Amino acid sequence: MALMSLIAFLLFNYVGDPVNNMVGQEASFQDRQELRSRLGLDDPFIVQFGRFIGNAVRGDFGISYRMQRPVEELIIQRLPATLELVLVSALLANIMGIPLGIFTAIRRNSWLSRLLLTASLVGVSLPTFVIGIGLIYLFSVSLGWLPSFGRGETVEIGWWTTGILTLAGLKALILPALTLGLFQMTFIQRLVRAEMIEVLESDHIRTARAMGISRTLVNYKYALRSTLLPVITIIGLKLGELIAFSIVTETVFQWPGIGLLFIQAVSFADIPVMAAYLVMVAFVFVFISLVIDVLYYLVDPRLRAVGSGGLS
Amino acid sequence: MGRVLSFLPTNRLRWLAAYIRRAACCSFAASFLWLGLDGTPVGAENTVRWSSQGDALTMDPHAQNEGQTLTMAHQIHQPLIEHNAALQKEPALAKSWRLIEPTIWEFDLQQGVFFHDGRPFNADDVVFSFDRALAPSSDMKDIISSVASVTAIDEMTVHIHTKAPNPILPDQITNILIMSRSWAEEYGVTLPQDTASGQETYAVRHTNGTGAFILELREPDVRTILVKNRKWWGLSSGHNHNIDRIIYQPVVNSATRVAALLSGELDFVSDTPLQDLRRVETTPGLVVKKVPEVRVIFLGLNTSGPELSSSSLKGRNPFSDLRVRLAMNMAVDSEAITQRIMRGMAAPAGNIVPPGIHGYSKELDERVRFDPDGARRLLAESGYPEGFDLQLDCPNDRYVNDEAICQAVVGMLARVGVRVRLDAKPRTLHFPKLQNNQTDFYMLGWGSATMDAHYHLSFLGLPNAWNRTSYVNDRLSSLINEMAAETNLRRRNAMIAEASGIIRNAHIYIPLHHQMLAWTMKSWLDLPIQADNQPQFRLARIISE
Repeated sequence: MALMSLIAFLLFNYVGDPVNNMVGQEASFQDRQELRSRLGLDDPFIVQFGRFIGNAVRGDFGISYRMQRPVEELIIQRLPATLELVLVSALLANIMGIPLGIFTAIRRNSWLSRLLLTASLVGVSLPTFVIGIGLIYLFSVSLGWLPSFGRGETVEIGWWTTGILTLAGLKALILPALTLGLFQMTFIQRLVRAEMIEVLESDHIRTARAMGISRTLVNYKYALRSTLLPVITIIGLKLGELIAFSIVTETVFQWPGIGLLFIQAVSFADIPVMAAYLVMVAFVFVFISLVIDVLYYLVDPRLRAVGSGGLS
Repeated sequence: MGRVLSFLPTNRLRWLAAYIRRAACCSFAASFLWLGLDGTPVGAENTVRWSSQGDALTMDPHAQNEGQTLTMAHQIHQPLIEHNAALQKEPALAKSWRLIEPTIWEFDLQQGVFFHDGRPFNADDVVFSFDRALAPSSDMKDIISSVASVTAIDEMTVHIHTKAPNPILPDQITNILIMSRSWAEEYGVTLPQDTASGQETYAVRHTNGTGAFILELREPDVRTILVKNRKWWGLSSGHNHNIDRIIYQPVVNSATRVAALLSGELDFVSDTPLQDLRRVETTPGLVVKKVPEVRVIFLGLNTSGPELSSSSLKGRNPFSDLRVRLAMNMAVDSEAITQRIMRGMAAPAGNIVPPGIHGYSKELDERVRFDPDGARRLLAESGYPEGFDLQLDCPNDRYVNDEAICQAVVGMLARVGVRVRLDAKPRTLHFPKLQNNQTDFYMLGWGSATMDAHYHLSFLGLPNAWNRTSYVNDRLSSLINEMAAETNLRRRNAMIAEASGIIRNAHIYIPLHHQMLAWTMKSWLDLPIQADNQPQFRLARIISE
């Protein structure tokens, strides 16, 4: 994470000048210079970086140049929108992706299977914003069923705001979740299919079938477990990716999450927000990797056996 | 479907899947009933849902001199003098005004005006507001830099003292909005928010103005809701608008914004991209309003550096020769750019003062004739038969089709032997290059805050952060400085004409075109379009069908 901060900070020298966006066009050169020095933008790199790290470990990421509010406040306020979108799309992707993957593995030669595989190829290749705009065109402009932007009505519970408790919020969630989840769903489907096909050919499954265990039990109790191990890793990493890369979906649907906040910060050269965002994303990946390691330990009996003294 | 479901392991799961399928069909059908994204005003309230790309930066009227911020602030607050839809000056909080001495303007204030919370308005609030706008942390102070002090003569009369005679002070104060002194003192916002400070002040999200609308809700980047001020003094004096509620929601992505307008979720979009105007025009229920915008787009040339830093030609600066600058102008086909790239939504420009501004002259706006052969001859005559190379700096997210225009110009200049490398980048990177004097050949656009030619001439003719032509002409400088203080209208107009002529004939700029503005809105919204791109909802009416 320290490395991430250093790289991010090095990049900020090249993002442009925020001062120009913070004052009107009639402001004099002296005013701009004065603002630059008060913001500390003229200090040497080491000083700026040291100041940033010193404040960051205390949880203080500064004030956003564009919004004029503390960055932590902004991120906490916008985080529920992104997390909700990511969780719903991940849910969608997994709930639909895993069964589809199993189906196309078990019935790999049926026409439906081939159709699903072709469709998934399209889903993997199309860029997110094309899918998003296409869905908006179909469901908002042509049919008028779903809203094209925003979160609808939200309900506040403590510091969290949720859209799933209102009909307008749910309607607004569908298209962005589909857009964000489509890539992952097709990816998971193909991954599960590939893994399962390989596992179904493996020795211990053949042995089980030869022993006469019912097909259902073979497929679901034994094969699926082995298949899921690598899939869990991928799902975890993809979740981190979803959080970090919800940027495009949020921009297309004007979803008020941290991805949109980051994009607007980049246009404005709003360095405090960009820095905080990158640090947060790094933290998210680190955390998820930890969770995955723990999950592995729970799911894979081999690891537990090793832990408790090895095979007898 | 049954064969598909047979892959599920147990009967229970198959039954569950069938149930879900049936339920999904039913709710899908039910969702048909929830149409009505059309948004025709129904019920008791007339609501306008408005959108554009960028949100207002703050609700503090003196903290940010920026387009959308001021547009929003003008719905809530009022200045002493405001513009009508044709951008002519009209009394607002000042009933009348006159110059009583060369450096003193007197304003008589409106009686019977109250702020949104009921406080009465008087001269003391005007004095306070101007002092606040002149504070170091205010972003409005540069536009009224000629003001020395503001004093209240009595409850309803104010004197503004200027440092030197200033005939266009009334034009310059149309963006200085009036706040209540007692309200500001009560909430600790007597100074505008300081952009580099550590806190957010109360005024960033709360307001107390005298305008036609009251701020009801402010969620930055999500939505801002304004409601009708039913006790507004202007309702009984000619501005009887019937808008009850305005909901402003910024939508960053242009395609989404246009889709929301077409689907009926938005009623008014002020920045629809050019290529979507035809689609909006042919959609029933939507109209497109057009007006020549007060904004000229042009290219600037560095005329007096010893050489062009981005050119491989060392030791001499081609732009220091008037003939080369004239040749550059002759090489650019502004008509083609207007028709092909701007799709007709522009007018070729011959000078850097746009129409609609006091001091605009049609004769001086005549473009140099497009003549690439003549340009090549002139270049050869000036000693550049092989042409030369250099870099053009352009923004790619600031003006309408800016990058495409620059690409076209590159092609046109190549025809006459000038080889241009194009560097198009976001405005956050482009404008600092300009201000730090790191460019020889750049694109810029300029609108007007005062609707008077002096604004354009001073920024584009005198040395300052936005003028990288390095052109020095003593007659021009003295003209521009004198016209700021000349109170005789005839003499002043002659100065403006002469100064515009000097700039045009020196060809230090390649004027491209004056942009045209298009607003797209529902046909039941009667909102007059304004050339300064600042909608004023107090002038609007909702027409019932």
